[in-house]
Amino acid sequence: MAARTGSMTGLLCVRWWSSAPLAAGRLSLAACRRWAGSSADTVYDVVVSGGGLVGAAMACALGHDIHFRDKKILLLEAGPKKVLEKLSDTYSNRVSSISPGSATLLSSFGAWDHICNMRCKAFRRMQVWDSCSEALIMFDRDNLDDMGYIVENDVIMCALTKQLEAVADRVRVLYRSKAVDYAWPAPFSMTDSSPWVQITLGDGSTLQTKLLIGADGHNSGVRRAAGIQNVSWTYDQSAVVATLHLSEATENNVAWQRFLPSGPIALLPLSDTLSSLVWSTSHDHAAELVSMGEEEFVDAINSAFVRIPCPATGGRGKGVIVQWSDANHTDFVDSASTMLRYVVTLLKPTRVSARQLPPSIAKVDAKSRALFPLGLGHAAEYVRPRVALIGDAAHRVHPLAGQGVNMGFGDISSLVHHLSTAAFNGKDLGEDSGSMSHLAGYETDRQRHNTALLAATDLLKRLYSTNATPLVLLRTWGLQATNAVSPLKEQIMAFASK
Amino acid sequence: MGNSGHQLTRNLQIKPREFNEHKTICFRSYNMTFSCLTRMKAYRSPWQNLYSTSQTTVDSNEVKTFLALAHKWWDEQGIFAPLHSMNDLRVPFIRDNLLKTSASHQQGKPLSGMKILDVGCGGGLLTEPLGRLGASVTGIDPVAENIKIAQHHKSFDPVLDERIEYKVCSLEEIVNDTAEVFDAVVASEVVEHVIDLELFIQCCYQVLKPGGSLFITTINKTQLSYALGIVFSEQIMGLVPKGTHTWEKFVSPEKLESILEPNGLLVHTVAGMIYNPFSGYWHWSDNTSLNYAAHAVKSSAQERPEPAAAALQGDAETLHANASSSRVNMKS
Repeated sequence: MAARTGSMTGLLCVRWWSSAPLAAGRLSLAACRRWAGSSADTVYDVVVSGGGLVGAAMACALGHDIHFRDKKILLLEAGPKKVLEKLSDTYSNRVSSISPGSATLLSSFGAWDHICNMRCKAFRRMQVWDSCSEALIMFDRDNLDDMGYIVENDVIMCALTKQLEAVADRVRVLYRSKAVDYAWPAPFSMTDSSPWVQITLGDGSTLQTKLLIGADGHNSGVRRAAGIQNVSWTYDQSAVVATLHLSEATENNVAWQRFLPSGPIALLPLSDTLSSLVWSTSHDHAAELVSMGEEEFVDAINSAFVRIPCPATGGRGKGVIVQWSDANHTDFVDSASTMLRYVVTLLKPTRVSARQLPPSIAKVDAKSRALFPLGLGHAAEYVRPRVALIGDAAHRVHPLAGQGVNMGFGDISSLVHHLSTAAFNGKDLGEDSGSMSHLAGYETDRQRHNTALLAATDLLKRLYSTNATPLVLLRTWGLQATNAVSPLKEQIMAFASK
Repeated sequence: MGNSGHQLTRNLQIKPREFNEHKTICFRSYNMTFSCLTRMKAYRSPWQNLYSTSQTTVDSNEVKTFLALAHKWWDEQGIFAPLHSMNDLRVPFIRDNLLKTSASHQQGKPLSGMKILDVGCGGGLLTEPLGRLGASVTGIDPVAENIKIAQHHKSFDPVLDERIEYKVCSLEEIVNDTAEVFDAVVASEVVEHVIDLELFIQCCYQVLKPGGSLFITTINKTQLSYALGIVFSEQIMGLVPKGTHTWEKFVSPEKLESILEPNGLLVHTVAGMIYNPFSGYWHWSDNTSLNYAAHAVKSSAQERPEPAAAALQGDAETLHANASSSRVNMKS
């Protein structure tokens, strides 16, 4: 309402000035204000659109940054404020694997302490193996450091909300506010229009910002409005998630992942008696899994980790329950992998990695089964003048490597670092000028890292989706070789834990 | 506006030819100073009527040159792009040297509480970053159009609007009202455009608080700076508009120091800057033969020299005589 009266006044002003003779040159500039309402709008330094894990963490990180002490930051979240009075006894079915690098980011603004006080589970080893051969790879840290942490998404959100409240003087959060329209500033010209990005919210109010950060998920409105091209495709897979009870309590600090022909199935530890399931499989199979009875579901999971799939029904796995075969693996592949194992033992006699079996499942939490579709996406540009994309708005990845949210947190680290340096140099945050153009620096940094990871994840997904013998042989040998070469494994672990 | 427009074109056309003539005759800076003064009397323009004193640091031709380019200040890819990217060097230079002098500062606003004077601020390219760092900045420039542009640009940002104040005037005009007011005076890319450098430095001294800092960035007077700064930049590559710089007015660090020291400003740092025209970036360098930045500090209360009350009356010689004779006198 205020905006509308403001713009009315603006229009009146324009008419009055244009009728007066423009004798002195100085009047002409003041005359043609297009948005007189702009003078009444608040000008924020940074607006983060999207209050999910990545958006909230971004606002938090900026709010706690030293060089942002006198800046104004706004976080726009379309949903309501989630207040977690008391931690519920049942675990949520949406969990994330947090890498050590992401944990460092979260602890830099004090959120990690909250998470540790609530609940999180560290895991020390990861076993990844194939269903079509004997190949396996075991990641573990020699020094028994944590490889990563499994944390429920709700717990992370709660910790972030607490830390946002701690910096409420700098960071303002608007819940139930969705941006419906963005107006970009005109490129340099002598017009009188505001140089800031103008955002219109659902309730009609407008605000202006020097830098807009899009953290609004893989269907990003910011990305669409900015006209940034997005390379994306959907996988013919959906992920089924559930919370599972183990048959017996164990130390449970290993993450398990087995590649079935229809897609990888992963078991992530939540506590000594609970684990979280992430099973990526065909759409039809996923729908079946979610709707079948609890006992059938538990059987399906136990078989998936132990039994060998029938070669005939493997393949692209469209809509057929995986048939388990009683026979051994294809002789050819088996003998080939045995041969490689002999070679490896000859070269590296000391290393023996015996295959372990994951814990068996006793029951599934009622109502904890859910499914969501999977796809890949990558924005062609992460930045434009006065806009930056982070998290799923910039890249969307298959969960098989557990990297989705970690890539988002990596984006935050990089962007906050660049913005902080720019703020300390007195720069206009949205302008990308001068040698230390901070937005371009962020883009180069992250595109390099993310493109490699996306390509690798997509390649792995495609490689393991097939039953064709040559590819199975290739991946068997590849996996065994990688397992044998420790420096290579260290590199992979280091890259993934950034 | 129309009349001065024609005058402007005429000046710009005349200037290169005149320059060539003078170049063949002599390179003595004194001759140029006198010819500038005579030209000043000849071309009477609206701005000149503002200056009641006969002593001034403002060169009217410089005024005209910059008038033509006024609207281009904030085009970051335009003709002033090198000045925009110079901020990457000069803002940290000013900020870090000021932080050294102050004991404590507010987080997020490193320069808060400081009053800074930006002389020859142009369109406000350096004024705005200093304002963003928390300082209260006053920007002055003799070209009214520049101040208009600067004012317009900062008006969109409510924080800067409060912290920055612009005025159309020259330095000597505000000396009386602002004696010992500023924590720092910034004269970036200015001293190579003034007529009377001695007077300019004296005025800077006047407005600085004891212990305050003077920051100057300018171009050295060497053969290299003639070749690269004038011939290459202006005439060949067009990096800098023709007629912006006059080689005779370039100031070497030694000459600058020789003017600063007797006037009570102790030079702390001189650092060379190099511009890479292909990448558009500036770099620090040990070589000061092209561009350089200097940081000088006004002596604090205890070691103050005799009051420079005579300076405005133009008694530069008196000041020199009064200055401590033990100070080593300079190479010129």
